[in-house]
Amino acid sequence: MKVLEKSEMKVITGNHAVSYGAKLARVEVIAAYPITPQTTIVELLSEMVAEGDLKARFITVESEHSAMAGCISASIAGARAFTATSSQGLALMHEMLHWAAGVRAPIVMANVNRALAAPWSIWTDQNDSLSQRDTGWMQLYAESNQEALDFVILGYKVAEQVLLPMMIVLDAFILSHTSEPVEIYPQEVVDAFLPPYQNPYALNFDNPQVIGGLADPQVYFEFRYKLQKAHERAIQVFKEEGQRFGELFGRTYDTLEPFMLEDAEEVLVTAGSTTSTARYAVQKLREKGHKVGLLKLRMFRPFPFEDIRQALRGRKKVGIIDRNLSYGHHGIFYQEIKSALYGQSGAPLLFGYVTGLGGRDIRAEDIEAIYEDLRSRTEPQEIIWKGVRL
Amino acid sequence: MSAVTEVKTRHPLDRYIREERFPHIWCPGCGLGIAMSSFLYAVDELDLDPKEIAVVSGIGCSGRVAGYVRFDSYHTTHGRAIPFATGLKLAKPHMKVVVFSGDGDLASIGGNHLIHAARRNVDLTIICINNFNYGMTGGQFGPTTPLGAKTTTTPYGNFEHPFNLVYLAASAGAVYVARWTVLHTYHLRQSIKEALLKDGFSFIEVISPCPIGFGRPNKIGEGLEEMKFYRENSVIRNGIDPKDAELSFRGKIVVGKFVDIEKPSYLKTLRDFYDRILGENHGS
Repeated sequence: MKVLEKSEMKVITGNHAVSYGAKLARVEVIAAYPITPQTTIVELLSEMVAEGDLKARFITVESEHSAMAGCISASIAGARAFTATSSQGLALMHEMLHWAAGVRAPIVMANVNRALAAPWSIWTDQNDSLSQRDTGWMQLYAESNQEALDFVILGYKVAEQVLLPMMIVLDAFILSHTSEPVEIYPQEVVDAFLPPYQNPYALNFDNPQVIGGLADPQVYFEFRYKLQKAHERAIQVFKEEGQRFGELFGRTYDTLEPFMLEDAEEVLVTAGSTTSTARYAVQKLREKGHKVGLLKLRMFRPFPFEDIRQALRGRKKVGIIDRNLSYGHHGIFYQEIKSALYGQSGAPLLFGYVTGLGGRDIRAEDIEAIYEDLRSRTEPQEIIWKGVRL
Repeated sequence: MSAVTEVKTRHPLDRYIREERFPHIWCPGCGLGIAMSSFLYAVDELDLDPKEIAVVSGIGCSGRVAGYVRFDSYHTTHGRAIPFATGLKLAKPHMKVVVFSGDGDLASIGGNHLIHAARRNVDLTIICINNFNYGMTGGQFGPTTPLGAKTTTTPYGNFEHPFNLVYLAASAGAVYVARWTVLHTYHLRQSIKEALLKDGFSFIEVISPCPIGFGRPNKIGEGLEEMKFYRENSVIRNGIDPKDAELSFRGKIVVGKFVDIEKPSYLKTLRDFYDRILGENHGS
């Protein structure tokens, strides 16, 4: 890893990495509400604001619903708006998430993946963010604290070009409360990458406009068409900006990240911090002579169909590790990948592994066991439960 | 003369507690245990049937009460204890429905429900623990944080005006409103008993120490120090207009029973209305 000359290395939690990302992105309005395990993101931001290190207006509102409402209006007024939440808070925001995408507000929000109630849990699980997949938000899944920081900066860069909101997702506790070295870039380099937010449609007294007015059936459809077109464009914008990010900061980002994939016959697919565990397991399996590779999903919305097809074409078997479940259906990453591969020639057999719900540990030996299971199977299987005590 | 010593191995309130859920999660010096036991003593002294009591709580440290008491209980989502409790009361009108939750839950994210349940005069007993901050998430400022008080999100002191909860509840229509600190265990217990017997919406604010979340940044000290502060600064002023019930940072804590009036409760008005419009066969 190349570190920029004037960068500072800090050993910080994933949550604080997000706070530093927001500071470097020079966010201007922060509206948030406390929720475990997100709270330390906005706590640090409130300190930065109070110390004068970040020139932003910070408000602890009375609920997550209000937090998102505040961010939307700040964003359409022309300010760079930020918030962070988790689980129940994200669920409470749901109505406003549709709104943010509908008014094309390029907000960046960090969501710390936490299981939804009932029963209560505070541990990691992807169902909270994945339940928001149809709201029109872009979603990036961070594997490390560095990615969490980088995604905030990169998130604004992409969001403000396509005018779509961006959700940065990181795992509860495994990332949010665990410290690792993170490179804090020099402000001037970030400024060069991410200029001040200029929204051509920002509220303007000289050209008054109505935001969110009633759109009858004659016009609503077109708004939604444009929302979809923006998502389609966002993939390319993300790839270009991810490349440019690499040139400036030394870390290049694409929608997916392959590991030992080149000659792999069997592939495991992961998102979030499980990827690091899987990378270790795959390395060990390679040492034993298995032709296994790993594919990390970084971008979930817009969904990188073409990249998925290219990465998985010609493989024999693909095991998708879902720390989530669409009840009455299958693991959500499994479904999405399956839909990307439908009708494709040379598509692999797919196996959906549902594991680690509510924060149950996914250890390297669990990943190896998943691989052994994958190898032993000949018929595709939609749900294979791993680690559930029956 | 032989002395007979009876060794009590059980606490008289144990039968109301789910011991299997213990040890509890509350910090040393927290006032929640006193508030909970005051409630349990009230239930015991009124000799209420535990099967006819439901406890509903929201999120936060006080939300754990629902899990610790051996009644039917609901540990609901953040701010929604009152709507859950309202539905419960409508389905089981004979039950005593008690909401045990915190200021961050009832006055912030659930503030709307608080005023509307008070407006309707729904038959609920609300025990609102006020510790002036969001304790469970690590001490952020909330709608009751006094002006000038430090929290993790107001490191140089809070500049937002807080709610006066007793004034808010009374203005919105509560028929019984009181405020005590956890030092006033006797008064608190009596108030809870009165509230449990009251038809309509009763609201008791319980000022409680949070040595970790609120005490530490404000250099209040341990829970005991906060209790000493209550002893030195509390003034009992029963019957005053709750808008004058002062509660300032490092200042006076005015406690007492401020409102105790009669007004038809929601269930009564609902039944009367149905009787009048639909006759006696409406089934409610």
